[in-house]
Amino acid sequence: MYFTYIYRELRRRHRQALLTALGLAVGVGLVVAVTAYAGGVGKAQDAVLHSLYGVGTDVTVTQTAKLSQGGPPSFQMNPGSQSQQGKAFSRAAIRSAPGRQSLAATKVTQIASLSGVKQAVGGLTLTSMNVSGKFAQAASSGAAPGSQGSGSSSSGGSSSSPTQSAPTASQAPINVSSFSLSGVDVTQTGLGPLSSTQLATGRIFTSTEATTRVAVLSQSYAKQNKYAVGSGIKISSKKYLVIGLVTSSAGSTSTSDVYIPLQLAQTISGNSGKVNEIYVKASTASDIAKVKSEIKSALPKATVTTASDLASQVSGSLKSASQLASTLGKWLAVAALVAAFAVACLLTVAAVSRRVREFGTLKALGWRSRRVVGQVMGESVVQGVVGGILGVLIGVAGATAIAHFSPVLKATVSQTGAAGGPGGQAPPGMAAAMGQAAQTVAVHLTAPVSLQLVALAVGLALAGGVLAGAFGGWRASRLRPADALRRVD
Amino acid sequence: MLYELTGVTKSYSRGRKTVDALAGIDLKIGEGEFVAIQGSTGSGKTTLLQMLGAMDRPSTGEASYDGRDLAKMGEGDLSELRSHSYGFIFQAFNLIPTLTAQENVETALVPWHLGGDERRRRAQEALDGVGLAERARHIPSEMSGGEQQRVAIARALVREPRVILADEPTGNLDERTRDDIIGLLEELWRERGQTLIVVTHDTWVASRASRRIWLAAGKLAPEGSGRPGAAATPGGRTTEADESATEADEPATEHVAEQPVLV
Repeated sequence: MYFTYIYRELRRRHRQALLTALGLAVGVGLVVAVTAYAGGVGKAQDAVLHSLYGVGTDVTVTQTAKLSQGGPPSFQMNPGSQSQQGKAFSRAAIRSAPGRQSLAATKVTQIASLSGVKQAVGGLTLTSMNVSGKFAQAASSGAAPGSQGSGSSSSGGSSSSPTQSAPTASQAPINVSSFSLSGVDVTQTGLGPLSSTQLATGRIFTSTEATTRVAVLSQSYAKQNKYAVGSGIKISSKKYLVIGLVTSSAGSTSTSDVYIPLQLAQTISGNSGKVNEIYVKASTASDIAKVKSEIKSALPKATVTTASDLASQVSGSLKSASQLASTLGKWLAVAALVAAFAVACLLTVAAVSRRVREFGTLKALGWRSRRVVGQVMGESVVQGVVGGILGVLIGVAGATAIAHFSPVLKATVSQTGAAGGPGGQAPPGMAAAMGQAAQTVAVHLTAPVSLQLVALAVGLALAGGVLAGAFGGWRASRLRPADALRRVD
Repeated sequence: MLYELTGVTKSYSRGRKTVDALAGIDLKIGEGEFVAIQGSTGSGKTTLLQMLGAMDRPSTGEASYDGRDLAKMGEGDLSELRSHSYGFIFQAFNLIPTLTAQENVETALVPWHLGGDERRRRAQEALDGVGLAERARHIPSEMSGGEQQRVAIARALVREPRVILADEPTGNLDERTRDDIIGLLEELWRERGQTLIVVTHDTWVASRASRRIWLAAGKLAPEGSGRPGAAATPGGRTTEADESATEADEPATEHVAEQPVLV
């Protein structure tokens, strides 16, 4: 009798029942679509990182002194610690300053031979400080940032740099300028400081130019200082020929001003046979974590950073899309759902009001209030279930449409707080090493609908049905048997 | 005495106005009586029926059924009375429009919590008893007024109540059908010895009863065994000879909403 009655009644007012169910469906569908969209955006963000770092540097290895901040965890999303890290880098870039560790170039080979590592390349990031005046130009290695750094440990070998004496000469500058300098392994320019740049004019190094005095400049630095392809640039009192200009995307502080062959950089900074950063490319994305731990065990004192550590650096239209999904989208969905619930309640109460005589008669026959309420609730819940199923369909269709028609989103990984390092020059190579910093990636959205989402949708619709049933039931419970005798218009 | 009403009043408030539907009723009804309650619109006869049918409680006074005071009973007990002891018949039949004849009769048995088969069986029997076995699967809109009222009677009788209360049972029926229905009711009444209380403004119907009561302005008129005194009810019928009268000059009562239905 219970189900028969429900079925018959819904069939009698099938148009209205369908409308109620549809209302719930739209509200629920919107929730599904927005959630799926937000999920798709999240996935896209992961893919962005993946693609950004998957084609370039997966892991970077540097070594700070004992004052290591715990390795990769210290590269966390906290801007505060990032800028500290920048200082640490700048320390790292200073091999001759106390606390600065360089790595033997043999470590590069060692890492390259680890399983899961496709390629490993070493680089050297320096800061070249120029003093103009009567004194000889002293190119000290990365003195500027380091002197401000918090480096207090002194395990760095000050003996390693003959130019250490030079700083005394530059202590009395008249004009001080500096630029960041990166030593590039010319045999493997695909990975390393240059890999995050794009060639604008000229050319980059060939593998035969390991000891040739040629330089590649960043376009912005060249413009500032009026260099062009073919000009000469003085580095460490030697003249280098500018062979090319490179650019990088947003976040240009992630690149160096000047790039020269690694061997020359090693020589002029007194770091022969040494590097201060290692760029590692993993064989596959899933190897990254393994590679990281392998490197850490091979070089316990090293700071190892992976791309995922920099997830928070993603910005661009992808990030905007994600914010859109999470704030506007969610509120929209909630509003639609509330409206749908309200409509369902109103329609249900109205339907009950039209059955005053019917329910009154049943009560006159001895039906308890709760039995009548139960019928109303049952009718409402059925509408909720139908609404839930429809809502899932609508939601899936909507999510698919969004993904299909959405514009290609872009994501840019900006430089971290390391850019804020003093002079902004300290960790340029490092920043570049931090995974193709300032590279833009285009991403297509998907809108995945998981089983949990479906369950959520149906649950929401059911809740709507129950709520409407409660309102209707309350109305029905207030009817009296005497209503059966009343004249109904 | 099955029913004993003493000083029963009932007042409703409609907005700021207070309506006294019953203004002091003293009434006794014995088991097995066939009572007709007559009166014009607004006389309070429907309200009185509601009292007797445990559908409402008196504002003041005592209304006892089978020794129990209806005024003091909780909703649950009243519900029980309605489901086990009373059977109702309404002027507009009041069948559930979406259910078949058989299912409509079954609704009366839902509060009995019988098994589905048992319920169906009893409903079928009841339909047989009013001669509508072949209409079991039809919904109300597919039946004539007379048939619908028969279904309603079957529904009222299926649980073999002690009291049957009918509110203008023939008000929506034409003469011939009216005769059939009342004949059926009478027959069943004689067979089963139930107490039959019928509210009607139809004199012919009232004349079939063993006892007639008149209500006017919420008060009972002094009873006679047949026709009332001429001064008893303004606007009411005063001669028994006016059998065919369905009160043509009386405005539609609070019940009648439809034209008489042809069988």
